[in-house]
Amino acid sequence: MRRATLRSLLAHKLRLALSAVAIVLGVAFVAGTMIFTDTLDRTFTALFQSTASDVGVTAEAGFDAGVDGTAGTRPVPAELAQRIRGVEGVAAAEGYVQAEGVYLLTADGQVLDTGGAPGIGASWITDPELSLGELTEGRAPERAGEVALDSGSAAEAGYTVGDRVTLLTPGPRVDATVVGVFTFGEDGGLAGASLTAFDLATAQDLTGAGDGYTGIQVLAADDVTDAELRDRVAAVVGDGYDVQTAQQQADEQSAALEEGLSFITVLLTAFAVIALFVGSFIILNTFSMLVAQRSRELALLRALGASRGQVTRSVLVEAAVLGVVGATLGLAGGFGIATGLRALFGTFGLTLDGDLVLSAGTVVWSYAVGVVVTLLAAWVPARRAARTPPVAAMREDHVAVERSLRRRTVVGAVLAAGAAVTLVGSAVAEDGGNAPALVGVGALALVLAAVALSPVAARPFARALGALLPRLAGTAGRLARDNAQRNPRRTAATASALMVGLTLVTGFGVLGASANASVDALVDDALRADYVVSTAVGQPFTPEVADRLRGLDEVAAVLQERFTQVQLDGQAVFAAAVDAATLDRGLTLEYLSGSSDGLAGRGVLVDETTAEARGWEVGDTVEAVSAGGQRAQLTVGGVYAANQAVGSVVVSLETDAALGGPALDRYVHVVLAEGTDAAAGRAAIESVVESYPVVSLKDRDEFAGEQKGQVDQVLLLINALLVLSVVIAVLGIVNTLAMSVLERTREIGLLRAVGMTRRQLRRTVRLEAVLISVYGSVLGLGLGLVLGVSLTRALAEQGITELVVPGGRLVGFLVLGALIGVVAAAWPARRAARMQVLDAIATA
Amino acid sequence: MTPVQQTYPAVPAAPAGVPAARGRALTKVYGRGDTRVTALDAVDVEFRRGEFTAIMGPSGSGKSTLMHCMAGLDSLTSGQAWIGDAELSALDDTGLTRLRRDRVGFVFQAFNLLPTLTALENITLPMDIAGRAPDRAWLDEVVDAVGLRPRLGHRPTELSGGQQQRVACARALAGRPEVVFADEPTGNLDSRSGGSVLSFLRSSVREMGQTVVMVTHDPVAAAYADRVLFLADGRIVDEMTSPTAERVLDRMKAFDSAGRVVEVG
Ligand SMILES: Nc1ncnc2c1ncn2[C@@H]1O[C@H](COP(=O)(O)OP(=O)(O)O)[C@@H](O)[C@H]1O
Ligand SMILES: [Mg+2]
Repeated sequence: MRRATLRSLLAHKLRLALSAVAIVLGVAFVAGTMIFTDTLDRTFTALFQSTASDVGVTAEAGFDAGVDGTAGTRPVPAELAQRIRGVEGVAAAEGYVQAEGVYLLTADGQVLDTGGAPGIGASWITDPELSLGELTEGRAPERAGEVALDSGSAAEAGYTVGDRVTLLTPGPRVDATVVGVFTFGEDGGLAGASLTAFDLATAQDLTGAGDGYTGIQVLAADDVTDAELRDRVAAVVGDGYDVQTAQQQADEQSAALEEGLSFITVLLTAFAVIALFVGSFIILNTFSMLVAQRSRELALLRALGASRGQVTRSVLVEAAVLGVVGATLGLAGGFGIATGLRALFGTFGLTLDGDLVLSAGTVVWSYAVGVVVTLLAAWVPARRAARTPPVAAMREDHVAVERSLRRRTVVGAVLAAGAAVTLVGSAVAEDGGNAPALVGVGALALVLAAVALSPVAARPFARALGALLPRLAGTAGRLARDNAQRNPRRTAATASALMVGLTLVTGFGVLGASANASVDALVDDALRADYVVSTAVGQPFTPEVADRLRGLDEVAAVLQERFTQVQLDGQAVFAAAVDAATLDRGLTLEYLSGSSDGLAGRGVLVDETTAEARGWEVGDTVEAVSAGGQRAQLTVGGVYAANQAVGSVVVSLETDAALGGPALDRYVHVVLAEGTDAAAGRAAIESVVESYPVVSLKDRDEFAGEQKGQVDQVLLLINALLVLSVVIAVLGIVNTLAMSVLERTREIGLLRAVGMTRRQLRRTVRLEAVLISVYGSVLGLGLGLVLGVSLTRALAEQGITELVVPGGRLVGFLVLGALIGVVAAAWPARRAARMQVLDAIATA
Repeated sequence: MTPVQQTYPAVPAAPAGVPAARGRALTKVYGRGDTRVTALDAVDVEFRRGEFTAIMGPSGSGKSTLMHCMAGLDSLTSGQAWIGDAELSALDDTGLTRLRRDRVGFVFQAFNLLPTLTALENITLPMDIAGRAPDRAWLDEVVDAVGLRPRLGHRPTELSGGQQQRVACARALAGRPEVVFADEPTGNLDSRSGGSVLSFLRSSVREMGQTVVMVTHDPVAAAYADRVLFLADGRIVDEMTSPTAERVLDRMKAFDSAGRVVEVG
């Protein structure tokens, strides 16, 4: 029995290879995604989580502000470090200062590109046991005018010890000499961020920390546990400080990290699920074909006395062997895919250092997909083959039993109904915060429903669309249509990989187009100033820029805009902080009650939604708490219609400062003086902005373009990921078609014998592929539209106010779908055409 | 002698008097060295128009090879074959494909029909491939002759083996080929179904003027033909006109023993 199995496997080398390829593809896709996700996770975790101390002390936060750096924090007084050193069990304690907004300039005066990652400035921790940095060259900075650079930034900018460098800081520019180069953390990885180390005094000056610290790091003596030490330190420092063990810090930061990176994590997890889906489909498809094709052979074994169990078992053993081999190769292929993804992310400035991460989870899932899915794929047809009475199977053209699609119809309908309820629910949800999650659940249900229902719809679709084919392509067209209709399950399964890919591409296409339209609307409706000065990604920069612009004759008004997180009556919100005096010159707010005058004193403006939700009216008093713990009583001074430029809450710069907000601008809006020539005005502003390489000057169109550029970049990244799924889908179609061609060897021989030319035969295969891929594309477009519209609606509160369906692009996707069919058919079609007529006829 | 300018129907195209198919010194060698097999050994053969020829011979004597080479399904090692006035070695793959499509009909022992097409669609398949409309009157005549009118809309799986072979015969004849090649068309059928297929083939020759070449093992089947060619070891060793089952059987027995004598000697 075993020998018979082995022989038959070897006898069909091509089939075997195709099945193995399917498993390798499927597993590689899953493994690649997981390896990459883990690597990404590891890199970010290393960036935020690395800590060398046993206990850390920081000022207690007013509330949990997450990882976003918009909230100001109170400094820790220096004398506290002294007190902590006196605690029993403390081996060492050292204060440090750390802040964002410190950028290294390259030799030609440009800001070193961090790809959106922060530029961090910090004091050098002198105790080597507490320091995360490890010098690889030179020494630590000891006085003003000396810095040490992280090795990544130094290498990228081409600096070594002894070079003179210029740094942009939240305060003034700094010229310094590089005295050292260091690696950071265990992997030396900063995920693209740059880290510049100063001596403590300089760092305190630059970040405006006075003689205080950002925090204090404490090293425990050998005879004391971290928890014990924490309790002792906490007793000494008293209220108003967070004292945490390294483990607590790591846990807290990783929780915050997860929240901060939720977008990427959700995206990649979704992608891994898609990978699992697509991979399983390809394997299921191919392997069930492989077994179905051999049903006659299996029937012969039955006729010769093999039991049902023996037949089923022999197929399963074969599947298991193939699954293990395929999964192993697929795992290797996954490394290739992950390497490619890393290179791709690298081109977007997100550098992932260190080796790729192969976690146990990846291995388990790879083999689960490779082996379990293959076994499942083999088991169903094997059992069916074993059940077929030997005589029936041995007959020349035994009728393939057509299984009913009723169960699928029912399951699909239930899922579709669930999806509809969830999606409609997301549209009418009161609490907008849950809407995106609801859309996610609805989308999953919708895709599953489509997968369940697509075999049901495959036949009518092939018939309807295929009705054109005989007219366009004669017999080739009709045969293509008939072949596509012949096995609706297979047609659907082949198409579904493409469907899933196109669903997401379309959905994100709608979202992206809507986001871009929203940017236009924002610029048209809310921006009033002639120019905006900002960094490319809304990072903070020095208020010197605004001060100097205010001094220009060509400038009539300057509006500084900052963002902060603050708790109002117990609920955290994002607030914009602006110049009260120039708010109405730089931005358009539509006041429903009150006006910009309401910002005076400790005034606050809120948007309509917030006012309604909280029941606030002009004149009400609100309790504000900053992340640093500062408190203030604010008076509602006005209510405005929803505005994307400022968000839901506006305070004055003075109020923000009182709440401990750092004196760093995110946007500066500039209004030209009346009668100023536009070119002259721009030149004047440019002359100021030029000396701050981190910011740039944009007119309204340029500003819109820059914002849209960011949307497009995110979309590009998502699409690049999805292209991979489409590529895998195409390979899946190639595989299924190649198997179909093999399966129809005798038919092809017959067709050739009665006079079908090679060209006609190729065309038949090609048309069948096009029919299948267009089917997948149409389903994908439909689902993607539903998904995109729901997602856009759900994200209305996040600023995507417009809904745009990019019709031209969708038509493009459909054409692309058809082209994919042509491309996928190329090899199987050639194989079909190359078959020797006599061999084909002789094949039983 | 000046040939009279004449218009022929599109198919068949060869002038009258030219045999429907003929072969000269047909030689086919498979393999090389130890595995070398001479399947056809310098065979000269001619199939006249309007004649029903049966080819008989022991298994492995080269019957199928002869048919495949004559029909342009396989290439010759040496020698020449003609369908009408078309010399096969002069044609490339597309030329051979067209020739098979337009001027030759086929019936195989099994798997003659595409499962996705109805009986009628299978019958008109070669014409559909050519993009040509079938000759309705002729098609009606063929369909009635095979007696399948009520089954035209059925798919192959809904037809019995005999019915399937009759559909295949109808397909072979529907394009009015110059010659129909049938390789053991009744090999898989019971004698009653086989009989109806054979009667149809004979009537297509007698009443419709077609040319049929049929390979068979069965003396009873051979008796339907006008002429029987006997093949042994890749050579034509005898010929019989107006055969009956008994005479064919006798002749076969004679060859059998003669063959054995030759082998031993
Ligand atoms: N493709 C092939 N390769 C090698 N030998 C072949 C091939 N086809 C046929 N033969 C050999 O040629 C001889 C004639 O075969 P065939 O024409 O099929 O005989 P028949 O149809 O009379 O039984 C046989 O010895 C057979 O083994
Ligand atoms: Mg034969």
